[in-house]
Amino acid sequence: MTESVSTGIGLRHLLSTEGLRREQAEALLDTAAGMEQALTGRAVRKLPTLRGRTVVTLFYENSTRTRVSFEVAGKWMSADTINVSASASSVSKGESLRDTAATLGAAGADCLIVRHPASGAPHRIAAWLDRVGHSHLGRDGHVAVVNAGDGTHEHPTQALLDAATIRARLGRVEDAHVAIVGDILHSRVARSNAHLLATLGARVTLVAPPTLLPIGVGDWPVTVSHDLDAVIGQGPDAVMMLRVQAERMHGGFFPSAREYAIRFGLSQLRADRLPDHAVVLHPGPAVRGMEIASSVADSSRAAIAEQVTAGVHVRMAVLYHLLAGEDVA
Amino acid sequence: MPSRRRGEPGSGGASAEGERELLTASDLARTVARVAHEIIERTTPDGGSARVVLLGLPTRGTYLARRLAERITEITGAVVPTGTLDPTLYRDDLRMRPTRALAETDLPAAGIDDAVVVLVDDVLFSGRTVAAALDALRDHGRPRAVQLAVLIDRGHRELPIRADYVGKNVPTNRSEDVAVRMTEVDGEDGVSLR
Repeated sequence: MTESVSTGIGLRHLLSTEGLRREQAEALLDTAAGMEQALTGRAVRKLPTLRGRTVVTLFYENSTRTRVSFEVAGKWMSADTINVSASASSVSKGESLRDTAATLGAAGADCLIVRHPASGAPHRIAAWLDRVGHSHLGRDGHVAVVNAGDGTHEHPTQALLDAATIRARLGRVEDAHVAIVGDILHSRVARSNAHLLATLGARVTLVAPPTLLPIGVGDWPVTVSHDLDAVIGQGPDAVMMLRVQAERMHGGFFPSAREYAIRFGLSQLRADRLPDHAVVLHPGPAVRGMEIASSVADSSRAAIAEQVTAGVHVRMAVLYHLLAGEDVA
Repeated sequence: MPSRRRGEPGSGGASAEGERELLTASDLARTVARVAHEIIERTTPDGGSARVVLLGLPTRGTYLARRLAERITEITGAVVPTGTLDPTLYRDDLRMRPTRALAETDLPAAGIDDAVVVLVDDVLFSGRTVAAALDALRDHGRPRAVQLAVLIDRGHRELPIRADYVGKNVPTNRSEDVAVRMTEVDGEDGVSLR
């Protein structure tokens, strides 16, 4: 395991929200808010903070918003950002994950942003890099690893940006009732959010058909429901709709798309029953008409665009705490 | 450490051993009033055509900027916009210490283009905070001029930076600590040296 050495908030890698301490999570959200302030209304949207640091995104799965968001975050802080996609690299020649990571570390990357279809891949990379070290490269050879989504496990920066959005809309996360609705089984977003929101003091309810709940969900810090209408009747402060991940489904998880939409989709009718202040989130990409009605996605209740903006600020905060401070041993 | 400029808040009073009171609460009020007069004199040479903006450096510089603006308004009747500028992301010593929390940045809505910006801080020491603030300012716009007002100048500059307005010059040792207390954050006003 990779233990924490004291930096500002004791963060060496960001691999999961499970295990993230409350003060660390709050420091990241505070820093993200500070980044937003620092960039508001400026003539030049560029900070010198990460000059000379190199950030490499290593993506083994397709992504638009996450990769762009990390790249923008790095560039706005003057880091050199380099994109590596598995299909256009030596990975397609059969290079192992370990060799690829070691190569990027040896080439001078200070930070690897990793997305991988296998749960746990970023953890393995972090452990390998911590063991090897690249002391000839400065920074004591420490290469920080950020999990940008691993299989069905975690996607910590997505959860942080969701929490940042909820905090901006509601003024707080603590004691907020957040319903996470849909394909929990395949959702790293749901897992990361369940842990982070609970750590921040929110009350989380997962809403899904029994076939789309993971084994072991009983150990998560959440309550579980199979009835969306009943949960909406409880007046949640935030509703997070998840995309049905057809690409990860190999079998019949529900009878038909239509039946799913009727039972677990956020229709206009359901949205109208929410409290006035309630915010609707979706990590995107949204399948309109399936998990969320088009009219709801476009309503002022929905914070989908705010989530994307918050994503840049949150990722700036993560890069700041991992890379800006003194070299960690 | 160059940035060790102030001690623990709320440790006020001259009673503690090795501690010397530099400014009492009333000294501080008089000093702020004098600096406010100086700012008025120096920024309105041609009858007040210049737009003046007071930008405080967090934390105590922000409160000093607000107090200076209040005094200027009392004296002249003119409303002086204030704001706060956090230079943390521009510091040249970020890599030498654990990451710092960010402070508030909030510039007047009208911006700083073509204004006379007066940066306000509590203690001027190495000059590195002010240098970082100048860099930050450049990304926010182009002021007509930038000036610097500090409550205490304790010497030991490491960069070619000087203040345009100084509340009090205090010779210090590097190892000493100048602690500025302000009611807004510390519950009382005063400055002490330890």
